[in-house]
Amino acid sequence: MNWQLLPQFAITGILNGGPVALIALGIVLIFKSSEIFNFAHGQMLLIGTMSTWWFAAEEGMGLPLWLAVICAMGVSVLLGLLIERVTLRPMTGQPLLSIILMTLALGQVLQGLTILTFGTTQRNFPVFFSITDPYKLSLPFQYNGNPIVVILRQNLVWTFVIAIICVVVLWLFFQFTHTGLSMRATAEDHETAQSVGIRINRVFGISWAIAGLIATIGGILIATASGLDLSLSIVALIAFPAVLLGGLESIPGAVIGGLLIGLVQGLVALPTNDFFLGPAVAQAIRNSTEIVPYIILLIVLVIRPDGLFGQKRIERI
Amino acid sequence: MLKINNIEVIYSDVVLVLRGISLEVNQGQIVALLGANGAGKTTTLKAISGLLLREDGAVTRGGIEFEGQMLGSMQPEEITRSGIVQVLEGRRLFRHLSVEENLITGALFRNASNRVIKQDLEEVYDYFPPLREYRHRTSGYLSGGEQQMVVIGRALMAKPKLMLLDEPSVGLAPLLVQNIFEIIQRINQEAGVAILLVEQNANVALQIAETAYVMETGRIVMDGPSDQLAENADIKEFYLGLTQVGERKSYRDVKHYKRRKRWLG
Ligand SMILES: Nc1ncnc2c1ncn2[C@@H]1O[C@H](COP(=O)(O)OP(=O)(O)OP(=O)(O)O)[C@@H](O)[C@H]1O
Ligand SMILES: [Mg+2]
Repeated sequence: MNWQLLPQFAITGILNGGPVALIALGIVLIFKSSEIFNFAHGQMLLIGTMSTWWFAAEEGMGLPLWLAVICAMGVSVLLGLLIERVTLRPMTGQPLLSIILMTLALGQVLQGLTILTFGTTQRNFPVFFSITDPYKLSLPFQYNGNPIVVILRQNLVWTFVIAIICVVVLWLFFQFTHTGLSMRATAEDHETAQSVGIRINRVFGISWAIAGLIATIGGILIATASGLDLSLSIVALIAFPAVLLGGLESIPGAVIGGLLIGLVQGLVALPTNDFFLGPAVAQAIRNSTEIVPYIILLIVLVIRPDGLFGQKRIERI
Repeated sequence: MLKINNIEVIYSDVVLVLRGISLEVNQGQIVALLGANGAGKTTTLKAISGLLLREDGAVTRGGIEFEGQMLGSMQPEEITRSGIVQVLEGRRLFRHLSVEENLITGALFRNASNRVIKQDLEEVYDYFPPLREYRHRTSGYLSGGEQQMVVIGRALMAKPKLMLLDEPSVGLAPLLVQNIFEIIQRINQEAGVAILLVEQNANVALQIAETAYVMETGRIVMDGPSDQLAENADIKEFYLGLTQVGERKSYRDVKHYKRRKRWLG
């Protein structure tokens, strides 16, 4: 191991995890409110991000970037509401598994629609932050007498900051608004929520709308750093292990799960000095950043089936 | 204000549970609905509150009228919004929410301002003083009695015209039952809320109710003013646990015993 690079890769990894956490949060939100695991999440994110590109690009609407982002957010909110209203509400009362498989099918349909609408070309996604002036962070310790300096690209830092701000805003929304309270109540018990007059269908709609919205923000944050093409919906799948790691129903769990996935991916990419494993194996490990989250997930689920932060259920009569 | 006219309820298109129930609750009244396990009391309440829809149940005959309006197949949320709140059997709290958050959920649909909600909370705390002290606790960890207070308080936050209470006394110590029933009576008198009270504890229910109905396997088998029902020999025996001493055992008694056993089962 090259210990000097450890902080660099760990911090980069965690920062990469910011958007993942945000995307994971959307999945948890839908699951908490309606017990549906949304396999179409990656495609919702793809459509939101593609529309951002389209609203901003010369070939598209050519809107200023900020306006393009707002328009795309509008699109993703509408898409979320539409999916809930048109495809899920009619399935109320069907077995949960059918509904979940339906989201899987929906994902494929959305992917197809995206191809039909936007084609398959790689797009130049607008770059929001300077890519030339990285931040240099000196850590207060040394390695072999050398000070450790971490170099961080601006977009990495700022996408992380934006993602975390979104998480905090959402948390405040759930905790301190009446709509947030009705969502938390519905998440606990649909029947009781109805008995106190909460319109649970409306709550489901809001959950899908918010999930669509933050998926799009997450997608934009990823795309601005690494470009945009159809594979974005697959890249976003990295949020699935994050969600499961966090315990499916836990909002802090989803966030920590996302950051953890980022960290692990960062550490795996760490250049080793090939001493123990030989260069071929070491290279293979470095190339495995995409599957490592799933391996970690398998291990964690075997040890703790409820995930790391599975909500402690209060069972008291 | 509430008129149930000869309703029949069927679950899943096949299970006939209510076989013609008629019942009436007038403005400001407490009405008790008594009956053994499985008689169909909860089903009756769910037919009123609309929650039957959730369980694939349907009113297949007769109708339910509230303040001159037929409830028909209104969604439960909408029925709550029209002024009927059901307090479900089994103290159904939002367990992970605090006491105060639970109470506030009851008022959400009214779109009340924070100031109004604060006043309403104070009102609830005046009825249930222990809740004021525990307002910030996670409700799931409260004792059974405190939880019962939360669910009734939460229903009160909806400012209902009619409250449907499903077995509030279950599992509570006698003293606490007395306490809760006094509060129910106060809610009725001070806030003017009409109450339809489902109970197996006929003793306390008949004390506060004006009229009462007795159900058995989906039918009303007896009804009348509570004081009269309390004097009725069958009620005395089956529900109040009083038997006349020295009477000869007859076939009727044996039959009663069997029925009673079934009721208590
Ligand atoms: N969803 C359902 N589907 C089919 N049958 C049901 C359903 N819910 C209740 N029943 C049946 O209807 C009958 C009446 O049930 P209900 O819950 O109304 O009784 P209850 O009088 O409230 O009893 P308890 O005092 O035990 O609460 C029972 O035989 C029950 O098995
Ligand atoms: Mg019942």
